[in-house]
Amino acid sequence: MAQITLNGIEKSYGQEKVVHDLNLTIKDGSFTVLVGPSGCGKSTTLRMIAGLEKQTAGDIWIGDRCVNEVEPGKRRVAMVFQNYALYPMMTVKENIEFGLKNRKVPKPERERLIRDIAEIVGLSDYLHKKPQSLSGGQRQRVALARAMVKSPDVFLMDEPLSNLDAKLRNQMRSELIGLHQRLGATFVYVTHDQVEAMSMGDQIVIMDGGRVQQADSPMNVYHDPANLFAAQFIGTPPMNVLKCGEVEGMDRLRADGEPYYVGFRPEQAAIVHEKNPGCLHFPAVITTRETLGAEIVYQLRSGAGPLYVKSFLKPLEQAADVYVSVPHSALYFFDRNGERNRRAKLPEAGPMAMAAAGGAFR
Amino acid sequence: MNVWRLVRPYAMVAPSIVTFGVFFIYPIFYMIYLSVHSWDFVSPEKPFVGLDNFAELAGSREFIEVLGNSFNYTLMTVSLTIVVSLFLALWLNRKGVLYGIVQGAIFSPHIISLVSVSLVWMWLMDPQFGLLNWLLASIGLPRLEWLSHPDSSLLSLVLVAVWKGVGFNTLVFIAGLQSIPSELYEAAELDESSRLTTWCRITLPMLSPTLFFLVIINLIGSFQVFETIAIMTQGGPVNSTNTLVYYIYQYGFRFFKIGYASAAGVVLLAVIGLLTLLYFKLLSKKVHYR
Repeated sequence: MAQITLNGIEKSYGQEKVVHDLNLTIKDGSFTVLVGPSGCGKSTTLRMIAGLEKQTAGDIWIGDRCVNEVEPGKRRVAMVFQNYALYPMMTVKENIEFGLKNRKVPKPERERLIRDIAEIVGLSDYLHKKPQSLSGGQRQRVALARAMVKSPDVFLMDEPLSNLDAKLRNQMRSELIGLHQRLGATFVYVTHDQVEAMSMGDQIVIMDGGRVQQADSPMNVYHDPANLFAAQFIGTPPMNVLKCGEVEGMDRLRADGEPYYVGFRPEQAAIVHEKNPGCLHFPAVITTRETLGAEIVYQLRSGAGPLYVKSFLKPLEQAADVYVSVPHSALYFFDRNGERNRRAKLPEAGPMAMAAAGGAFR
Repeated sequence: MNVWRLVRPYAMVAPSIVTFGVFFIYPIFYMIYLSVHSWDFVSPEKPFVGLDNFAELAGSREFIEVLGNSFNYTLMTVSLTIVVSLFLALWLNRKGVLYGIVQGAIFSPHIISLVSVSLVWMWLMDPQFGLLNWLLASIGLPRLEWLSHPDSSLLSLVLVAVWKGVGFNTLVFIAGLQSIPSELYEAAELDESSRLTTWCRITLPMLSPTLFFLVIINLIGSFQVFETIAIMTQGGPVNSTNTLVYYIYQYGFRFFKIGYASAAGVVLLAVIGLLTLLYFKLLSKKVHYR
């Protein structure tokens, strides 16, 4: 139906290049999330798919149609804007109806569509109100209804939840997931919030500096990051990253190339008092404890810099001087340029390693 | 110390309250007082005459004509200024050196004193030696009488007012256009809205507060036109450009019929007051979106 293919897309504003050679396939019916820090080019990419910005180079395909020269209204896409972009002088009904009228949909048909959609998004009682008398969540629903009523092949969403409060955001998040399953259309969703990305997307595209850093499923992005940026962008707190040279016990590292950084997820590490075989150990001092209930986040000071450790359903660690223990299998290695080095490995604990295990910091 | 704390806020606003009172509030009430008296500016007596001055106004064909002139002048000036400024704003509302220069150029009349403007236009409109007639003649069109014929004199004054006012109005329109969020246009684009539909359903309604504001301040301003008339025509020829404020000036400070002039002033006050009231009534009711 509507797979989106971006071929060698570039975008420049004058001298400044904001998107570099972007190649991306967004599968039909997928919920793809473009995520990255502000200024990474994710919104620009979305707007190029919508046709609101023209790419400087490259081709955009929606379904089996190259849409380079197709105007936004004819691309069979609908967009939900960050600030909703509702027409303030029109009622909710007129807002939803505007696109249909422009497309010369006959009146009875329009009435039926609006009634159905209003039912789905729960706006039936508000059809004759103006947007400014609605709450943020309701405005969001109007924006969604306005997109849905056109039954597009592709929904484009530009940070649609960022103006809502935390509770409402969670609720709308699950409603959007439900909506996606119900409609079966392709969703492309832009956010800077990695939690949103992980919880909603079935494909996550991590962008930075106008380039795709990694495009994969949420679990793969988390467990198998392609580079340092992806590793540190996903996860709260972010992955701990240290320079290999400053960590003891790295001398037995078997590697092709030159692994420069070593990283591990805060939730893979444990706070211990005794060294365990098969693990890397860092002597550290606990500086802060964030008790969140089910989980506790410790911030520690170690010889190579600050570390985070996250523990689940364990009693609060009271001692200050501890070891942070990380299994060798949970270590990630990266080259000096930030690329993941998948060949580097610390050997699993054997008889030889036992003795040397727990190499500590200088 | 404590007294000063109590008094300080009043002391701070006193200068502006006093100025406002002496130069705005007091004259209004004094004018209303004078309008029911007969006075020649010098005699120590001001006999009370009730509504005689107003009756005289109502019975004066000249005054009715003056009111008509005022309304005609206002209607033409405001509609022309608004329409021309709106089109200029739509054209100039984009980036580029040329547009910046044009914006500056059309704004410049706004900062020139009306007296200079009047003198320049008198010269331009001179039937014998004026540049305008020379231009008309050079492209084979008949020469016009401009200010010296009753049929064209009021229109000539309208032309000057529009020329002077368009720059400011355009600037305000451009500001209004730029305050319309660009997402609305993008949403409309995705809704397959044609340019005409976008203009009628989005731009115009979003611009309506600006439009309304400009219409009202132009109405009020045009109704009070004085300088151009005093300099360029003195109300002539044959009373064809005599408008309310100039009429008041004539009767008050030329013929020294202060009571009569004050009565005309009360009429002006009523008209302006009504317009202002209309502005605030409608503004709160209809044309506001944020």
